[in-house]
Amino acid sequence: MSLTSRRALMLAPLGLAVAGGAGFYGMLRGMGTGSYDPRGVPSVLIGRAPPDFTLPPLAGSGKPAFAAAELRDLPSPVLVNYWASWCVPCIIEHPQLMRLSREGVPVWGINYKDKPQDAGAFLTRHGDPFARLAADESGRVAIDWGVYGVPETYFIDRQGIIRWRWAGPVTPEVLDGDIRPLLRRYA
Amino acid sequence: MIAELGHFALALALALALAQTVVPLWGAARHDARLMAAAGPLAFGHLLACAAGFAALLVAFAVNDTSVVNVVQNSHSAKPMLYKLAGAWGNHEGSMVLWVLILALCGGAVAGFGRDLPTTLKARVLGVLGLVAVGFMAFILATSNPFGRVWPPAPDGQGLNPVLQDPGLAFHPPLLYLGYVGFAVTFAFAVAALLEGRVDAAWGRWVRPWALAAWSFLTLGIALGSWWAYYELGWGGYWFWDPVENASLLPWLAGTALLHSAVVVEKREALKVWTVLLALLAFGFSLLGTFLVRSGVLNSVHAFANDPERGVFILALLLFYIGGAFALFAWRGPAMAPTGMFAPLSREGGLVLNNLLLCSAAAVVLAGTLWPMFADLLFGQKISVGPPFFNTAILPLTVPLVLAMAAGPLLPWKRAKLWPVLQRLWWAALGAAAALLLCLAFAGWRVGPALGFGAALWLILGAAADIADRIALFRHPRFLHLGAAWSRAKGLPRAAWGAAMAHAGLGVTLLGVAGMGLATDNLSALRPGQSVTLGGYEWRLDKVEDAIGPNWSARRATVTVSRNGATVTVLHPERRFFPVGRTTTTEAAIETGLSGDLYAVMGEEQDGATVLRLHHNLLAPWIWLGAVLMALGGAISLTDRRIRVAAPATKRATAMAAKA
Repeated sequence: MSLTSRRALMLAPLGLAVAGGAGFYGMLRGMGTGSYDPRGVPSVLIGRAPPDFTLPPLAGSGKPAFAAAELRDLPSPVLVNYWASWCVPCIIEHPQLMRLSREGVPVWGINYKDKPQDAGAFLTRHGDPFARLAADESGRVAIDWGVYGVPETYFIDRQGIIRWRWAGPVTPEVLDGDIRPLLRRYA
Repeated sequence: MIAELGHFALALALALALAQTVVPLWGAARHDARLMAAAGPLAFGHLLACAAGFAALLVAFAVNDTSVVNVVQNSHSAKPMLYKLAGAWGNHEGSMVLWVLILALCGGAVAGFGRDLPTTLKARVLGVLGLVAVGFMAFILATSNPFGRVWPPAPDGQGLNPVLQDPGLAFHPPLLYLGYVGFAVTFAFAVAALLEGRVDAAWGRWVRPWALAAWSFLTLGIALGSWWAYYELGWGGYWFWDPVENASLLPWLAGTALLHSAVVVEKREALKVWTVLLALLAFGFSLLGTFLVRSGVLNSVHAFANDPERGVFILALLLFYIGGAFALFAWRGPAMAPTGMFAPLSREGGLVLNNLLLCSAAAVVLAGTLWPMFADLLFGQKISVGPPFFNTAILPLTVPLVLAMAAGPLLPWKRAKLWPVLQRLWWAALGAAAALLLCLAFAGWRVGPALGFGAALWLILGAAADIADRIALFRHPRFLHLGAAWSRAKGLPRAAWGAAMAHAGLGVTLLGVAGMGLATDNLSALRPGQSVTLGGYEWRLDKVEDAIGPNWSARRATVTVSRNGATVTVLHPERRFFPVGRTTTTEAAIETGLSGDLYAVMGEEQDGATVLRLHHNLLAPWIWLGAVLMALGGAISLTDRRIRVAAPATKRATAMAAKA
């Protein structure tokens, strides 16, 4: 091997490292702007109607429950939020849900694997943002939706198509960076 | 007060590291003996400051000082003391402090025990180690201060993730870091050699003990992590090709290659440039793992809570150290001409083959780990590369690697003939073929496990053949010269015993892997009194009751396992609920035996029935037993007189091995 090709070969590790570094930098930048999201588990339901279901209301809440049929032909987009009183991140996201509900955005809750009295106590303590509230005590409907864990939030447009899904708490950043643009787009 | 002292100690450590970088490197460039001589004391000072910082952190956790943010987030007064202390390094900030402390320990060991190192080489190695420390100390102080205060103090801590409250996990990170950071020393040696412009046999002899020690710790660390996943996560598997597991496997593969190619440098002064590159790569992979785990660019069960700001900092460090070292390599490498020549079929040739296969395996793992991330970045595609890819891609590399592994140690240096080697291995081949055929005959047409059993026997018997050949056990076909063989065995270099043991250890691990290929499992909902049959055992659910622990409450099932009517064991799988943190964990119940594990996991209860997942894991414990043998082989090699005399630094490394 000539010395030049030897030199070229020995430059290869540096080249690979720099290219990899540039890629990683792109990922980190993307995480800042939201274009790269390692935790964004794709949902097969995006672009489709929610699976068929009927759920009972949460006992003692006095709020109406809902079924898949009621998530069609809506007057405005709806957020469907899976939550539970035993889930700590749900407390983190609760103020954001309260804010949305005060602003008139309908938030429909599905109480996941919970006891009605615990769920009621949670809402008395932290406030109740839900326009409708169904109870999925067995977690069967959540399986059909492909719920990853609570909290999980779905954005459903007026035609009843799921446009967005968020696994994890709705932080103020998610509210401003994702939900508000979606509300404007599908209003 | 303790927290402020700790913070101050870390700042002092940064200042000393800076001095440890500048003074010796400048002195080496100017051939100033006084400046170079400052390297040792500065390294000791840096070590003291790091130790003080870490001790302060331990004290804060031990007394549950809830005015320290890190303690509030990661500890709780109700936790047992061991986990309070383990909590100190069970989080991002604390684990970084442990990381730099181990780096400082390595620096201290080089300074204290490297008296025989040439002055300029020693100064440069310590200078480079200081430079690595500077970056990570700056990272801690700038982005991850473990001593931040909160006022008013929280009433109590928020608990450690209960999945992490486990003895296996308490020692998993320190062992891994000993491995990762050990490769920082070989990295420093490689950079120092590039600065010197010279790599010779002596350099190979100094690098090898460090590579060996780092490799042994990394082997133990990876095995402990895999064992933890096996019994704690309750998935019944031992290796998931999770990106973070892969991140620890990459330096291991590079380190294994380094270990072997350093032998060639030492014995034959060949493969010099390649060995330097491997030393850079092994540490580069360690840093890459640090970046992947802590920056949040990948999604994994292991990932620390993280933010992109930290990621940018670590990426900058990664690019500075690895990019800088590679640039130096591209500049100085071409001048290092190989001197030792050898035929393709020789011990060197075998080690080159080993290196090629190990590096190909590393390339496969690297590509499989990074590709989903880059596909997402470049094409916006969400793909996941799973075990099927890794298994199919790694297998074709493992088969030739295993075949060559038994033959390699029997090859003479420079040039060899194949026939005499095969002659000495025929009974190992016979054993391997018998294991393969027996498995096919009794376990059905299962090619994977059969190959595994064959490979395992080939390696174990091959290692035995190697030792038998060296002590000339069967030299005289009519009678065994046991006395003469014994005296030869005593005279055999420890490195030879270590190598044979490590090779056999991999064989033992493969036995376990092959056995797990034949493992069976069953998922069923049982009511008390009902039973299922699995793996020739009858598993009966007797009852499910409540149980209380120090900081959890649980539902505990009693499962009686019997064979032919005789009770074998009673298992108690649990689902634990931790009120602090409100999380549930499953505690698998495992009955371990040499023939395998009986493994039961309790699922949810519904309408009086309990979901039970039962596994019969054939030979599973051998996986980790083999890893321990491999690490032990490394430790035995480290005690070899040749290494001790040439590089006394290893005394410290073995002392650390004994402590760990």
